[in-house]
Amino acid sequence: MSDPMIDEWYPVALFSKLDAAGRDTLLMGHPIHVARTGSERVAATEADGRSLPVRIRYGHVWTSLGEPKKELFDIPEADEPGRRLVDVGVVRVRCSPLRAVENFLDIAHFPFVHTDILGAEPHTEVEKYDVEIREKEDEVWATKVKFFQPQAAKSAAGGITTDYMYRVPAPTCSVLYKTCPPRPGEWDVITLFVQPLTEELCDVWPWMALYDDEADMTDLIHFQQMIFLQDRSILENQIPRRLPLDPGMEIPTRADMTSVAYRRWLKRHNYTYGAQLVAQ
Amino acid sequence: MKLYDYILSPSCYKVRLLAALTGTQLTLRPVDFHPGGEHLSPALLALNPAGSIPILEDGELVLTESSAMLVYIAAKAAPEWLGSGDPAESAQIQQWLSFSHRLTASLGGARLVEMLLRPGDLAALQASGVKALRELEAALAVQRMKGDIFLTGSKPTVADIACFPYVALAPDGSIALDPYPSIRLWLRAVRALDGFIEMPGIHRLHELKPEPAKETA
Ligand SMILES: [Fe+2]
Repeated sequence: MSDPMIDEWYPVALFSKLDAAGRDTLLMGHPIHVARTGSERVAATEADGRSLPVRIRYGHVWTSLGEPKKELFDIPEADEPGRRLVDVGVVRVRCSPLRAVENFLDIAHFPFVHTDILGAEPHTEVEKYDVEIREKEDEVWATKVKFFQPQAAKSAAGGITTDYMYRVPAPTCSVLYKTCPPRPGEWDVITLFVQPLTEELCDVWPWMALYDDEADMTDLIHFQQMIFLQDRSILENQIPRRLPLDPGMEIPTRADMTSVAYRRWLKRHNYTYGAQLVAQ
Repeated sequence: MKLYDYILSPSCYKVRLLAALTGTQLTLRPVDFHPGGEHLSPALLALNPAGSIPILEDGELVLTESSAMLVYIAAKAAPEWLGSGDPAESAQIQQWLSFSHRLTASLGGARLVEMLLRPGDLAALQASGVKALRELEAALAVQRMKGDIFLTGSKPTVADIACFPYVALAPDGSIALDPYPSIRLWLRAVRALDGFIEMPGIHRLHELKPEPAKETA
């Protein structure tokens, strides 16, 4: 496999739920085993016994089949005191891992897929926002995104215009920052960590770091599971199944500028696991 | 009435759906089924030794079977959901309530394996799910030929609500509904009911939704 995605970090287990018996799973088509070896220790091994590098971060166990050239990306907000860290739990989706991230980046679908929660008709217009590939960090960023939402978060009582920032720090991970209703001026952090099982199958591990002292933890988990499950049926029906990286194939609209930047960034790095390179 | 509820559970959704359709107020008590496994906690096992959700509490009454909950809500708030009282129809409704457990075990089982990575024999669950769907399709086709859209007549009953969610969510267990035209029409009829509510994976009928072909981009 020459794809440089092999040297990236991927989530492979929820740390709090991992026991000594561990979990057999797949990473980019390779069977691996992940298990707890101590109170703060885990091990990941390939079928031939080769041990893989591991990290425990953001509630999850991370590993890589290759030799990571960079440390796992930083989410500075994750360490801020006072945030509730929410393990949302795994959901398997029959889609390309890159498709899962692309859908997460797209706000135009909110009124149609997350009706009356993250969006509502007739408020379907996406206002202009900024998208860039930040060279120093080597990340995709979308900022100044604004969208009217009937119930933006578990802690939002009524409709508000929500500010968003999207960030792609790794090919199958995205971090979303959004208006935090109980603490104006701060951002809630909602992530989508995607484990590529194969090019058309993934385990998705959403995770959150929120300022919300009121809501029950189960309510927070269920709100995010509800949102993600609404996406799941859409994701499983996308055609083509892999993410097209041929720019000739799609006509960009303002609403999916982030998707265009994401694809451009993937192409630049030759990140193609889950991508479709020729038009079909 | 207090419902121990999980947003992704089709059995819990049955109860929420009938409550919405009959204007019944429910107090929801969310249970961390996934990833927490709270349904197996001592507190919930004390309430329901079977370790399943939903659980419905109304005063002293505790119900742990979703079909019983549907019957209770209907009897209290909207008896027309129990049918006309005709003996054959009442018996058929009971028949479908029992049948719905096969849907839960097969289609629901396949969905838990495929979606939430619970253990199970996926191929066997899918095969028994398809068998149940074929029976349902045959019965609904007969209903259509009689001019009836619902399981036991021209009006929906608790039988339709009991069978609806796991069938609608069959694709979550990688079982396609394309081969079953009568089932698809019936699903649409349920979704078109006044007061219908959705759950993740079961969308409401959208007039403004783009054509599927355009959605894929
Ligand atoms: Fe979405």
